[in-house]
Parts: sequence; structure tokens; C-alpha cells
Amino acid sequence: MSLVPSDINTNAVQTPALSVRNLTVSLPDGMERKFAVEDISFDLMAGQILCIIGESGSGKSVTANAIMGLLPRVIRISHGAITLDGVDLVSTAQTTLRGMRGRVVSMIFQDPLSALNPLMTVGAQVTEVMMAHDIGTPNSRRDRAIELLNEVGLPDPKLMYHQYPFRLSGGQRQRVMIAMALALEPKILIADEPTTALDVTTQAQILQLIRDIQRRKGMSVMFITHDFGVVAEIADSVVVMEKGHIVEQGSADAVLNAPTHPYTKRLIAAVPQLTGKDRDLTQPDESAPILKVRSLVKTYASGSKLLGKRREVRAVQDVSFELARGRTLGVVGESGSGKSSLGRLLVKLMESDAGQILFEGNDIAGLPEKAFRSFRSQIQMIFQDPFASLNPRSTIGHILTVGPVAHGMNPARARDEARALLKHVGLDERAYDRYPHEFSGGQRQRVGIARALMFKPRLLVADEAVSALDVSIQAQILKLLDQIQRETGVSMIFITHDLRVASQICDEIAVMQYGRIVESGPPSQIFLNPQSDYTRELVAAIPGKRADIHNMMPTH
Amino acid sequence: MTAIAQNTAPPRWWHSRAVRRFRNHKLAMIGVVMIVTLTLACIFGPYLLPYDSLHIDLRARFSPPLTGNYYLGTDPLGRDIAARLLMAGRISLMVGFFAMVLSTLIGTIIGVIAGYRGGWLGAGLMRLVDAFLSFPSIFLLLALAALLKPSPVMITIIIAVTSWMEVARIVEAEVRSLREREFVQAGRMLGLSGAHIMFREILPNAMGPIIVAATLTVARAILLEAYVSFLGYGIQPPLPSWGNMLNGAQQYLASAPWLAIIPGITITIAVTSFNFIGDGLRDALDVRSDPV
Repeated sequence: MSLVPSDINTNAVQTPALSVRNLTVSLPDGMERKFAVEDISFDLMAGQILCIIGESGSGKSVTANAIMGLLPRVIRISHGAITLDGVDLVSTAQTTLRGMRGRVVSMIFQDPLSALNPLMTVGAQVTEVMMAHDIGTPNSRRDRAIELLNEVGLPDPKLMYHQYPFRLSGGQRQRVMIAMALALEPKILIADEPTTALDVTTQAQILQLIRDIQRRKGMSVMFITHDFGVVAEIADSVVVMEKGHIVEQGSADAVLNAPTHPYTKRLIAAVPQLTGKDRDLTQPDESAPILKVRSLVKTYASGSKLLGKRREVRAVQDVSFELARGRTLGVVGESGSGKSSLGRLLVKLMESDAGQILFEGNDIAGLPEKAFRSFRSQIQMIFQDPFASLNPRSTIGHILTVGPVAHGMNPARARDEARALLKHVGLDERAYDRYPHEFSGGQRQRVGIARALMFKPRLLVADEAVSALDVSIQAQILKLLDQIQRETGVSMIFITHDLRVASQICDEIAVMQYGRIVESGPPSQIFLNPQSDYTRELVAAIPGKRADIHNMMPTH
Repeated sequence: MTAIAQNTAPPRWWHSRAVRRFRNHKLAMIGVVMIVTLTLACIFGPYLLPYDSLHIDLRARFSPPLTGNYYLGTDPLGRDIAARLLMAGRISLMVGFFAMVLSTLIGTIIGVIAGYRGGWLGAGLMRLVDAFLSFPSIFLLLALAALLKPSPVMITIIIAVTSWMEVARIVEAEVRSLREREFVQAGRMLGLSGAHIMFREILPNAMGPIIVAATLTVARAILLEAYVSFLGYGIQPPLPSWGNMLNGAQQYLASAPWLAIIPGITITIAVTSFNFIGDGLRDALDVRSDPV
């Protein structure tokens, strides 16, 4: 059982392309710790892919920015050396560094939309890199740019050369970023979470592309990620970071299969595994389903009716499903599949255009807000972004009690229940008087869950409730949701883009694509015996899946 | 890199970064000191000065500053300019302050409703803002002041009615972006009423830009009052205001320049101080000016 692709690059003699020694980067006063990274040392071997993995706040991005010389002004390298080609980058002048950037070291960023200039064509941005370093003539740069666009697998590179970024999909934009990074044939490529913002199938393609290019050009790649699945997919060696320190480093094989540091062990254990096993709930369900959705339709229209340039996007098309009492239905799909729209239709944050939503036998789809208000307390939602979903100007207590009080609960009783609930979701009672910014993402998501539970709802809709969280926190929140369901018998709709997460908590999974449910069934069917091509594609794209399949089917 | 808050003692608002940034803003702090001094002088000064603002001493007409107990000199009727300046300050600052309160109130309510409701109601309200903005406000002000009885209260109302549009625009834009945030969706999910979401959930998050706009509105209101009073349509003598003191000084510019210079400088100090405070608040409340 190996977590690493067998065809690992094995250079007989390994020479470091980049070495970092005793690097310490200090933070300005008033931050939660003094150093972003403290006394870290590692080598990036020539022709290898080194993955730096850590959770948010571990200092992995700071390390990358320190190497590129892109640290914000207030964050300084206070100690250590970064050696590249015998040159120490820390003590080198800015102008020399600028000459090296792009030529020797190049970087790809997480968000390809904000890293590309929206007002410049793709071609102009790729040629600009070469122009900035005075390479070639306008004609040769143009040819080279088209060649690069071809190399990163963009369709019809000549046409693509004249496109603006907004016309491109997320994956295509990331390919353009990679083309820009490759323009000067750098020896070292730093990739800072380049696939985090992408859909799983796109992520698989981009990982493949980075690996191909790295092999073809013999580049060294430093790949920063928070996802062990990605590490298993492409890493040759791994550095694990926690709170600014390196806790473990070694070959990918060793770190993934035989981690020694407890933090690494914890992280690996927290990675959601594709179980492919169905969940067992104790009581069999014989009563009528709590929720029946019949041919639900939602269409977004943009443009003007008068000018006739009306464009329609069918977000949800003819969706039907049933949810049994006390069970969890996972709704899985990539961005634009309509899964979030479906969630919003169910809690009536958005009005549906046609179809029925039968909640306990009542059709709530067409109900006006006034009539629906009495149902609000029975159908609650957990939101995606723990930072945006809590009002920054309200105390946790206010956030929890405002809803019930507005529905007529006695404020004193609401306060007592809120305190009890805070304890129940694993927070301190004293959190009641604090403000959201005093809490971490995972703690805020617990507040979000407590808010939804204040009404003792019968249906919970969780919209990407764990996707903004680190894996170890993710595992805790999933456990909490599972525990709550077992205690209260609440039914749940769990919307996610992550099949691995869905496989952990759902009794049944519906896969959505282009606003339709293309397949639904228990996890065992979806993961082990997918019926539709799209589901097969999705399952195949899960990073680090090879390893999971081994775990799952030992007899295979 | 995200800073994760530690669960230590809850920080108070005066420890916040915004307050620290504001206190480090030199011009803004100068502005605060000036305004506080000016306000205290206007409140207590008249009781400490030897002459009442209406006391007429015909023998001491046109005394230049620092003659005897007339620290800032006297006017054509022999009244003490220092006393009149501070009494005028009470009126001018009050007009500025209450005009700000009223215009901010109107602008905020219209802005919040337009921003949150959107659709035809929002569009209608914003076109109303456009319509008000398309009047040259000075002429509107003069026309209204000429028609209505120009008491301080009336001047305050007139200034407020002609200067709420800027706040409305700022608030509308702010609310429109806040409306899409998840905590507002969460409010709807909880079944909160529209008014509750607008004024209890969204509005506190839009306070920053409102405070900045309000501060700058005070400066503008003081200037507008001075303008109208200078042209003779505002605060009527014998009640002093900085504007009508300037009006009275017109004929004597050559012979007694201090009559114009003293209220002129005071207006400049008050207006620039409020503008400095506004700038300081804008920088302090702007999250983008955070170093990290």
C-alpha cells in the first residue's frame, strides 16, 4: 500500500536547487504570535516536487512569499538564508531580485481571477513578462506566447491570445497563469495553492499539467497546499508546517505512510476518506418523508426584456427528490451545478419558478413570506463562510437569540437556551458576550450551527458548511453534525463540492450537473459503482483517491 | 495568513486599530483639539468676557484689537467682537451640528431603504436623490431662505434638506454590497423583519462611511450657513453668526479690516478642522489602510 505514485523521479545524485536555512520571519507587534515562521530549514531538490503542507496560519504562504521577495512591507525576514544558485536572496538588493523573479523563480497564485489583469488580453499578459525582462522582439514574443498557451493545453491558442480573462473558466485562467510563470523558463516554480479555488475535475487536470511540465522541463516545483490528497497525487518530498515551525519533513512516501510527528498523524487522520460504506442509523425509517421536492425549477434571467438581449441561466432544472426523516441527503456538484441555488430555494431565500416543495406535506414553494414565516423556525440553514455569515457588529448572544426573540420567545429563556446550546456545540458559555472576530473559523462555524439549532428545527440545510475550514476542524464539525442528528433526529441536506466529505456524513447522495440531478443513490453506489459518466469522472478526479481505494477494498 | 483571535479578555473599542490609527493621524488630532477648544470657548467664553455681546459702547466704536478690555476690538456700534464671535460661534456650530444630524438621518434612512429594497423603490429613491442634486444647492438655499422666516431652526432645516443626498448615496452603495453578505441571508433565514435587518443588522456595519460623511457635512453646513448669512438671507442681526458678522464688515474692509478677518479666520479654522477630522476618520475606518 503506497500513497505515492510509483514512478517517482529518482535522480541518482540530488542537488538542492533552493535551500532555506534557519529562516525566521517576524510579524509586526500586536499579531497573535511574534514570528510568521521561526527557524525553518529545508531543501528543494533539483527536478523534484516539494509539497509544503499546513493549515491556515501555519506560515506556508509566508515562506513562499519570502522566497519570491514578495512579503508585505511590515513583515520582515529577521534571520536566516535562502540560497539559490549560490546567491543568498535575503541579503541581495531588490534590483537583482527583480531580475531573478520570473527568470529563475516564478510563482503561480491561488486565485487566477485576481492574479490576472482584467483589462489586458491573455496574450498581452504573457508577452509582458518577456518584455519586462527585455527578451525577444515583439514578433518572437508573440510566437513564444502562443507556443506557451499551446503548451499549457489551452484550446485554440491563437484565438486565446486575444481573449480577456473574464471570458475564460477558472481552470483556463490558471493555465494562463502557468503559461506566464513558464514564459522565462524558470528553474524553480512556486505554486501557492494553485488548485484550491478550482473544481475537483479541473484540479485533477491542473495537477496533471504541473506534473507533466515539471517532468518535461526538469524544473523544481515548490507546491504549497493544505490538502493531503493533493500531496499524495504529486509530491516527491513533503514539509509539514504547524504554527510557523516545520514539524516533519521527508520523502512523500515516508511522511504519508509512516508519519512520526503527532501533528502529521492527526492531519492525515483528519483527511476525509472516501468510505464507500453506507451509514448505519439505528432506527429504520418507516414514516413518510419529511421533504418531497417535485420538478423544482429556477431560472436566472439577465439583460433587458425590451432590448431582446435576454439571457437565461437555468440554475435548477426539474429537480425531484425525497428526504427521509432523520436522514442526510448529500447534494454534490461542481461550481455552477445549481447545488447552492437548490439550497436557497429550499429555505426560501430565493423564490422558485415552478415545482413543489412539500415540507411535512405542505407545499411551501409558492407561499408568500408572511405565510412562510411560521415554517422558518422549522427549516434552518448553516452557511458556508463562517466569517461572512455572522454579523461582525453583533455579540454571539445577540446572533443566537435575535431569531427566537423575533418569533416571540421570552428573552431570558432565549438567553438560557443559547448558553446551553453554546456548550452543546463545544464552545465556552462565556462566548455569549463576545464578538465573532474573537473566534477562529471552526469556532464561528459552531456558532453558525448553534444559531440554526436555536429553533429546534426539523430540517437543516448545510450549504458547504465545512468547505472553508481546515481539515482537522472539518472533521470535528462533521462529527458534531453527526452527533446532533443522532440526538435530535433532525433531517439534513448537506450541500458540498467535496465527494470525500459527502461520503462521511450522507445516507444518500445526489450528484448535480448543469442544474439537474444526474444520479442519486447511497454512497456505496456513487463511489464504487457509479452509473453515470459524470459521476465516474467526479470520483476519478478526487485527489489521493488511489490510496483511498486501496484502503477501501483490501481484497481487490 | 489569517490572524486568529485569541480568547483572552474581550478588547474594548478604544483599543481597536481604528482608534489607534485615528490617534496617530496628526492633522485629525489637531482638528479635534481645535474643535474642542472652539466649542468650550463658545460655551463658557461669553460668561468670562467683560462685555455682553449686545452691549453698545458708542465711544469705543471701531476699536482695533487689544484696546483695553476689547481683546478683539469692537464693531461699528461699539459692541465687543470677542463676545459677538463666541455668541455667533454658538449659533453657527449649533446650526452646523443639527443640520448634520438631520441630513444624516434623512440620508441614512433613504439610503438604507433604497439599498436594501432595490428594485423600483430603490431606483425611485435614488432618482429623487439625483433630482435634489441637480438643483444648485446654494440657489435652492437662498430661494428657500428668502421665502421662509430665517430663524436659526429654519436655517438648520433648510441646510439639512439640501445636503442629505451625499449621505444617501454613500449609504445606498454600502448597503447594496452588505445586502449580499451571508449574515443578512442568515437574518432572513431566521425570519427577521425587513426593518430589523435593515436598521439593526446592516446599518451598524455601514456606520464607518456614515460617520465620515457626517463629519464632512458639519463643515459644509457651517460654510453654507455663513454663506447665506453673509448674503443677508440667513441669521438676522442683532443675533450674531459668523456669516452675518462678515456681512456687517463689508463696508469697512479698508478702514477696519479686523471686522472681516476675525470671523473669517474662525470660519476657516472650524471648517478645516472638521475636514481634517473627516479625513482622519476616513483613514482610520478604512480597513484597507491596515498594514497586514
